[in-house]
Amino acid sequence: MTKKDNDLIRRIAEGAKKGQISRRDFMSYSTAAGMTAAGASSLWATSAHAQDAKRGGTFRWGIHDGNTGDTHDPGTYVTRTMIFLAHTHRSYLTMINGDGSLGPDLADSWEANETASEWTFAINPNASFHSGRKVTANDVVASFNHHRGDDSTSAAKALLSDVEDIVADGDTTVKFILTGGNADLPWLMTDYHFAICPANDDGTIDWQSGDGSGPYKIDSGEFGVQFSLSRHEGWHGEGAYFDKVEMLTLNDPNARQTALVTGDVDAVSQVDVKTMALLQRDPNIQVFNVPSAGAITLPMFCDTAPFDNVDVRNALKLSIDRDEVIEKIMFGAATKGNDFHHSPAQPYWPDDIPQREYDPDQAKSLLKKAGAEGLTVNLSTADSVSAGAVDMAVLYAEHAKAAGITINVVREPNDGYYSDVWLKKPFCLVSWGARPTPDVMYTLAYKADAAWNESHWQNERFNELLLQAKAELDDSLRAEMYREMAMLARNDGGTVIPFFNNFVYGARGNVGTPDNLAASWESDGGRAASRWWFTD
Amino acid sequence: MNDLLLLVLKRLGFGLLTLLVVSILIFFAVELLPGDVAEAVLGQGATPETVQAMRDQLGLDRPAVVRYLEWLGGAVTGDFGVSAVSGEPVINAIGDRFVNTLFLAAYAAVIAVPFAILLGIVVALLRNSVFDRVANVLTLTSISSPEFFLGYILILYLSVKLPLFPAIASLSSDMSLGELLHRTFLPALTLVLVVTAHMMRMTRAAIINLLASPYIEMARLKGVPPWKVIVRHALPNAWAPIINVVALNLAYLITGVVLVEVVFVYPGIGQALVDAVSKRDFPVVQASSLIFAATFILLNLAADVGAIITNPRLRHPK
Repeated sequence: MTKKDNDLIRRIAEGAKKGQISRRDFMSYSTAAGMTAAGASSLWATSAHAQDAKRGGTFRWGIHDGNTGDTHDPGTYVTRTMIFLAHTHRSYLTMINGDGSLGPDLADSWEANETASEWTFAINPNASFHSGRKVTANDVVASFNHHRGDDSTSAAKALLSDVEDIVADGDTTVKFILTGGNADLPWLMTDYHFAICPANDDGTIDWQSGDGSGPYKIDSGEFGVQFSLSRHEGWHGEGAYFDKVEMLTLNDPNARQTALVTGDVDAVSQVDVKTMALLQRDPNIQVFNVPSAGAITLPMFCDTAPFDNVDVRNALKLSIDRDEVIEKIMFGAATKGNDFHHSPAQPYWPDDIPQREYDPDQAKSLLKKAGAEGLTVNLSTADSVSAGAVDMAVLYAEHAKAAGITINVVREPNDGYYSDVWLKKPFCLVSWGARPTPDVMYTLAYKADAAWNESHWQNERFNELLLQAKAELDDSLRAEMYREMAMLARNDGGTVIPFFNNFVYGARGNVGTPDNLAASWESDGGRAASRWWFTD
Repeated sequence: MNDLLLLVLKRLGFGLLTLLVVSILIFFAVELLPGDVAEAVLGQGATPETVQAMRDQLGLDRPAVVRYLEWLGGAVTGDFGVSAVSGEPVINAIGDRFVNTLFLAAYAAVIAVPFAILLGIVVALLRNSVFDRVANVLTLTSISSPEFFLGYILILYLSVKLPLFPAIASLSSDMSLGELLHRTFLPALTLVLVVTAHMMRMTRAAIINLLASPYIEMARLKGVPPWKVIVRHALPNAWAPIINVVALNLAYLITGVVLVEVVFVYPGIGQALVDAVSKRDFPVVQASSLIFAATFILLNLAADVGAIITNPRLRHPK
C-alpha cells in the first residue's frame, strides 16, 4: 500500500462514518485502494458503528487483577489491570479487531518480502504522544529493543528471539529483519508487552512517566488501586467515546459483582461463572460470554511410562466426558476442546476435525491393545490452577472408572505450583492464557525443543510443518498445514484438552458495545474504554 | 513519676529488641516461600535467561544473611530501601496506605470505644435483664462472625437492598471530608461490630466484679442511686482492665483489617502487605510487618501506662 492509498482509505472511512457510503461501495473502494477484504470488512465495522455511538461520560471500569507492585514497564506487565491500562493509554503496532481479524493501530500498513523474513511497517503519520510529540519510527525501534539484548529482563524476550535487527527508515517506516521467515509477525505485534513508549536520546525508552500514544492519557493513579484517565484528543484511531475513564482494581469477586449490581462501576472485566446465571436475570446488567483461546490442558510425559504408549494416551483422552466437565465445573462458560491446542478464537482454526467424545468402551479396547488394562495413574492438581481445578480432576477420575482406569487425584500446594509441579510431574493440570496465533502456542509448548514442551512430545512431521507454516504467506496453504498439525496433536500428542475457557464479563445496561467482541482478552480485548460507549 | 518514666524507657528498649527479632523472622519466612521476586514478577513469561538477568540486577544471588544485614544496616539509619518490584522507595509505596489505614482505624475507634463503654455501663446497670441478654447475644454474634461475612451482610442490606452507602470504598484525593466519611462508613461499621463485643463485655465484667466490694455496699447503704454507684464509685476502679482491652482492640483495628480492606476494596496497608507477599517483595513486607509490630508494642505500652495512671496502687509494686 502506498501512502496515497492510505489517505484514500482514511477518506473512505470518514465517508462511512458519516453514513455517505454503503457497505458494498465501501468494500469495493477500499479493496481497490489496496486493502485486503478482511481488512476492509473490519474497517467498515469500526467506522459504521461510530454512527450510533455517542460521545461523553465517565466510564468506571472494575478490573479483576491488579497489584500494588505493578509498574509501567512494558517488559514486566503481568496483571490484567496493567494490560488493560496499556491498551488504553499506549498503542501497539497492530490490534486484534472485534471479529478476530488483524487491524491497524499505530502501523497503517505492513508488508513482507517473499520469504517473510523481512517486514516493513508504515507508522500512521497522525499518531502523537500525550506530551504532544509525534510518534516516530525511532520510538518504535527503542520500544522493541527494550525487550531485546542480554540484560533485558523483559518477559517477552523469547518472542523476539528470531528478530535479528530492527531499523528505522525515515520517520514513518520500520523494518524488522528476521533470522527466518515468520508470517505471523504482524500478529505478534499485538502481544501486550509490545506497547510503544517514547524513546530517550540514548535509545532507551521512557516508560517511567506513563506517557503513551493511546486513546486516553493518565491524569492520576496509584498501582493496584485505581487510575483516572481523560481522552487524548489527538488520538490516531477510531472510537474513544467516553470523556473520562476510571479504572479500579477490584480483586475480590464479590466486591466486583456488588459494584456492578449497585452501579458503582459501569463494567467489570470478570464475572464469577458460579453467579453468572443469577446476574443475567438482572435487567440492568449485560453479561458477555466470549469464547477465548485460553485453555485447560492435562499434559502427559510422552517419554515416561505408561504415557509412552500412544494407545494409553488416547485412552485417557477418550475417558473424559467434556460435556459434563463444562456443565458442572465451568457452568457452561467454555468451548469444548478436541485435544489440539488451537482454539476457534484463533486464526486458521480447522472446523472440519471430528470432535472427540467420551467413549469408555473404545478406551478399554485401546488399553487392551496396549496391554495396560486396569491402568492406574496419578494426576497432580491444585485449586490455584483455575476455579474448580480439583473438582474437575475428581470428576475426570469418576469418568475414567468406566474405562477401567484409576486416576489418583494428587492435591499439590497452591503456592509455587508452576515451579514445583508443572514440567516436573508426568501428568498434571495446567491453565494457559490466550495466545494470538496457533504458531505462537505450538512453538511455546509443543515444539520438540521448547523449554515449556509440557508433554515431552516429539513428532517429526509436526515439527517440520510448524517451521514450514511459520514462513508461509499463502493463507490457504497455511490453514491446511495447521489442520494437519491439529490432527497429529489430536491423535498422537500427549495432551488432553477438555475445554477452552470463555471470558465472562459484564456491563451495566446503558453501556453500548459493538456486535463483535474481541476474544484476545476480557472486556473486548482489553479495549473496552476506546470501543464502548454510553447509550443514554 | 520517675518510676513511670523508667518503666516507659525500659519497655521501649524491649520493644526495639522485639522489632529486631520480628524483622529476622519475617526475612527468613519470606526466604522460605517457594519462588523469588524475579519469578513472581515475570510470571508466565519467566525464562531461565530473564530470571537470571533480573536476579543479577536485584542482587538476589548473594547469600540471604548478607542481604539481611544490608537491609538492617539501612533500616537503623531510617532507610528502609526500595521496593524490589517497582524500584520506588518503600516509604512512598506504603506511606499513603498507612495513612488510609490509620484513618479507617480512627473512624471506627471514635464510634466503637465510646459506644462499647457506654453499652458496657448500661448492661452492668441492667445486668441479667432482657436488655443485657439481647445486647450480649447481638455483640457476641457479631464478634463470632468472620469480618468478611459481616461486611457482606452490611453490603447486602445497606447498599444493595437499601442504596444508602456505596459498596466499594474507593478513595480519590479531591473528596470532601463528608464524602470520605460517607464512602468509608460501611468498612468502619464492620470494624465497629467486630471490636465492640470485647470492650463491652470487659467493661461489664470489670464493673460487676467490683459491685461485691464493701465500699460499694457502703455507697448503696447511704442511698446513692444505682447509676451513680456505677459511674462514680465502681468505674474509676475498673479502668485498668478496660484500658487494656481498648488498647488491644485499637491495635487490632490497624493490623487486623486485611479482610475488611479486601471486601470493600479499601486501599489500606493490609492490602499492600498481601500484594507484597505474593510478589516476594521483601522490603515492603518487612516495613509493613514492622509497622504492625510497632503498633502492638506501642499500644500495649500505652495500655500499661494508662492503667498505672488510673490506679496509683500499681505505681508502688510490693
